[in-house]
Amino acid sequence: MKAILQKYWFLFVMMLCNCIIWLHDPQVGKTALSFSRNIFANFIFILTPVFICVGLMDVWIEREKIIHTMGSNFGIKGIVIAVLSGMITAVPLYTLLPIAGVLLKKGSRISNVLLFLCASVSIRIPLLFFEISSLGVSFTLIRFGLNLFAVFVIAFIIEKLLSDKGKMAIYKNADKL
Amino acid sequence: MNIVFTDSFYGLAAVSRMASFIKDRHKPLLSLKKAWKMFAGLLPQFVAILLFAGVALAVLSPETTKRVIGKETGFTGMLLTSFVGAIAIVPVMIAFPIVAELMKNGAGIVQMAVFVSTLTTVGIITIPMEIKYLGKKITILRNVFAFIFSFIIAYLAGVLLR
Repeated sequence: MKAILQKYWFLFVMMLCNCIIWLHDPQVGKTALSFSRNIFANFIFILTPVFICVGLMDVWIEREKIIHTMGSNFGIKGIVIAVLSGMITAVPLYTLLPIAGVLLKKGSRISNVLLFLCASVSIRIPLLFFEISSLGVSFTLIRFGLNLFAVFVIAFIIEKLLSDKGKMAIYKNADKL
Repeated sequence: MNIVFTDSFYGLAAVSRMASFIKDRHKPLLSLKKAWKMFAGLLPQFVAILLFAGVALAVLSPETTKRVIGKETGFTGMLLTSFVGAIAIVPVMIAFPIVAELMKNGAGIVQMAVFVSTLTTVGIITIPMEIKYLGKKITILRNVFAFIFSFIIAYLAGVLLR
């Protein structure tokens, strides 16, 4: 019970909110629900193919393979693989962290891990289609280009800012996970 | 335009599904199952946010939206949306339609771009977890840089889209 409450507290709060609004002013409640319904219809229409494609990607691209390939540090090849595999994963940050942890444990270069992490949070190719459908092509493409640039800048600056001792500490910490 | 795009995406989904089926009979089923699981996992949160967006859109008039996060609010509006984005952990898939709705209602492009960026790249709530995996220094640097770059990207996007 407590777990359910913890997981869905936002849903319950919003349901309560809607009830209060209905009691207070049915007109506003009606408008609110019709807005919700419109967005929902839009969402389902757009998202069905997205989910199908993301599901396919998840099955055909094996996580272990990505980790294995990225664990190796071949200069440019490693960088390209890190960025590309980041771009095709479309999961929230908190599910990426364990993967980043594994990569560090396997001794990947820190900038590669960061490239992977930054690329996957800011550029998500499966979601790109969805972004285009709801926010437009130019908005999406401009964000895509700028994000790609930012990913490299952030990853390399952070690596430059770390001392050798700091890097050792990071690897040691990852080893304990 | 957008509808055409979505339609072609349906086509792409169908074609890749068929290709996948020809290659391996079990994987397409598995992928559908995974897609459904992902969707079902998202659903409660999605419904909650839909209700929230409905209330927000019904209560806030376009004038209010424009005044709080409209184009004219400039940097102040960006600060506001960036903080909301940094704190919230809403899957972007859910955020996009709401952002689109807000833009129809008068929200500024720059303000919304900074929101989308901080929402995905900065995670204040998940910082403790990030520290566990990457250490304090990387975590703080990454979030700070991500926050700063969200502003730069949004600003440039605003300039380019004008």
